[in-house]
Amino acid sequence: MPAITFIHPDGKSDRIETSGGESAMQAATRHGIDGILAECGGNAMCATCHVYVDESWFARLPAVTDDEDALLDGAAAERLPNSRLSCQINVTPELDGLVLHLPDRQV
Amino acid sequence: MSAPGSAASGVPHLDIDPFDMKFLADPYPAHQQLREAGPVVYLDKWKVYGVARYAEVHAVLNDPVTFCSSRGVGLSDFKKETPWRPPSLILEADPPAHTRTRAVLSKVLSPTAMKQVRDRFAAAAEERVDALIEKRSFDAIADLAEAYPLSIFPDALGLKPEGREHLIPYASVVFNAFGPPNQLRQEAIERSAPHQAYVAEQCQRENLAPGGFGACIHAQVDEGAITPTEAPLLVRSLLSAGLDTTVNGIGAAVYCLARFPDQWQRLRDDLTLARGAFEEAVRFESPVQTFFRTTTREVELSGARIGEGEKVLMFLAAANRDPRRWDSPDSYDITRRTSGHVGFGSGIHMCVGQLVARLEGEVMLTALARRIAKIEITGEPKRRFNNTLRGLDSLPVTITAA
Ligand code: HEM
Ligand code: FES
Repeated sequence: MPAITFIHPDGKSDRIETSGGESAMQAATRHGIDGILAECGGNAMCATCHVYVDESWFARLPAVTDDEDALLDGAAAERLPNSRLSCQINVTPELDGLVLHLPDRQV
Repeated sequence: MSAPGSAASGVPHLDIDPFDMKFLADPYPAHQQLREAGPVVYLDKWKVYGVARYAEVHAVLNDPVTFCSSRGVGLSDFKKETPWRPPSLILEADPPAHTRTRAVLSKVLSPTAMKQVRDRFAAAAEERVDALIEKRSFDAIADLAEAYPLSIFPDALGLKPEGREHLIPYASVVFNAFGPPNQLRQEAIERSAPHQAYVAEQCQRENLAPGGFGACIHAQVDEGAITPTEAPLLVRSLLSAGLDTTVNGIGAAVYCLARFPDQWQRLRDDLTLARGAFEEAVRFESPVQTFFRTTTREVELSGARIGEGEKVLMFLAAANRDPRRWDSPDSYDITRRTSGHVGFGSGIHMCVGQLVARLEGEVMLTALARRIAKIEITGEPKRRFNNTLRGLDSLPVTITAA
C-alpha cells in the first residue's frame, strides 16, 4: 500500500501507510495526525484538511475542481499555489511517497 | 412476495415508537436495543425500516440515488401525501435539482463568508457573557442558548426587527413535522399559520437587508443560478434550519460542560479546545436526532432486503454513540477526534450551515470559558419535546466569574 509523509510546521515528520482507495485526509485521521482537523469528514465543505503539497509532487496530482478552489480561499492558513484539500487527494499507487506539508492552523 | 420486513427477510421487528414521550425523554436504552437488534430493523408502529448503527447510517446517507430525499425526509411520503408546506428546494430534493440549489447555499455560507462574520459573532458572544456575569443566576437555555443565536443570526440573515418571536416556534413546527402524525406534530401544524405567514413574508427580497445571507441568496438570481421564485424558498431553508438547531447545539454544549466539570476545566486551561468541545457536544447530544429517506428501488442493505418506496429512519444520535465506531461513546471528551460523526449528516445533504453552527459554538464557548470559573446546575433541567430535535426547555444555573 502507498505510504505518504506529513511534515509538521516544526519540521517533524510522520510517515504513514495508507489503505486502498483512501484519501490523504482519511489516512491522516486514521493515524491520528495532528494538524488535519477534517471537520466535515471529507465532504468538501470545511477546508480544515488544508495541506501544502511538496513542490516535487504538486504537478502529479489531478487538477483542483472549482468547488475545491472556492473552499481553499476560505482556508484559515494562507493559501499558496501548492495548497490542496487533503480529502480531495486520493492516494493512488502512483502517489506512493507523496509528501504533504501541514499549515500552522486549520481554523 | 413477503410483507415488508417480514420474518422471511430476516429483519427483526421491534415494538419501539421512537417518537413517543417516553422514548424522547430518555432515548439511550432504546438506541442500544435498536443497534443490538441488527443492522436493519423494522418498526411496526410506523411501518418503517430503521438503521441505528454507524456503518448503516453512514451508508444510507451516502447513497442518495437509492435512498432519496425528494419523497420527504420525514415519515410522510410526498408521493402519497400532500406535504404540509411546499417542499424545501434543498433538503427535500434530489440531484440534479439539489446540486444547483445546494451550490447557491454553499457559496453563501462558505468558509470565506464565515471570515466576514466572525468578528461580529465573537463580539456578540462577549456581550452575552457580560450580561450573564451581571445576572449570576439564570436559565442557560433562554438567557444563553437562545439569546445568543437570536442576537446574531437574524441580523446576519438581514431580517427586520419586528416579528422575530416567530422564528423559534416556526422551526419547532418544521422539526416536529418530520415526525409521525402524533400529538406533537398535529398540534404544531395546527398552530403554524401565523408563523408560516411571517416566514413567507420575510423571505421576499424587499424584506432582507443588503449584505445579509438572505440578500446574498437573492443576488444569485441576478447571476442566473436560481429563479426569482426559488430564492424565497432557499431563504426559508435558513429560517427553518439555521436558528433552533444552533440553540439546541449551544444548549447541548453548555449542558455537557456544566455536567462534566473536568471537561470544563480542560477547556478553561486551553481555550483552543472550544471548537472541539462544541463539536463533541453535537456528537454526544445530537441536536438533530433523526431523518428519513425513501427507497427508489429494491435494495439489499447489510443482508436485509428492502422493497421500493419504503421509508428508512436513520438514527443519527444512535450512530454517534455506536460502540462499533467510537471508543467510550457515552463519555463527553472535548479532545476526541470527532471527524466522521453524523450529527450534521454526511454526503450530499450534509448540513450546509455547519460552518455557521461551529462558528457560533466556538466563539460562545471561548467567551464563556475565558470569563467564567464555574457553572453549577441549580435546579432540575426541563426537557423540550420535539419529534426531531433534542434539547432542553430550561437549565437553571449559577456561575462564578473568573
Ligand atoms: C448544531 C446545529 C445544526 C445541526 C445539528 C444541523 C444538522 C443538520 C443535519 C443532520 C442535516 C442533514 C439533513 C439530511 O441529511 O437530510 C442538515 C442539513 C441542513 N442544514 Fe443543518 N444543522 C445545524 C445548523 C444549521 C445552520 C446554522 C443552518 C443554516 C445557516 C443549517 C441549514 C441546513 C440546511 C439548509 C440543510 C439542508 C442541506 C441539504 O439538504 O443539502 N443547519 N443539518
Ligand atoms: S475534510 Fe472538510 S474539506 Fe476536506
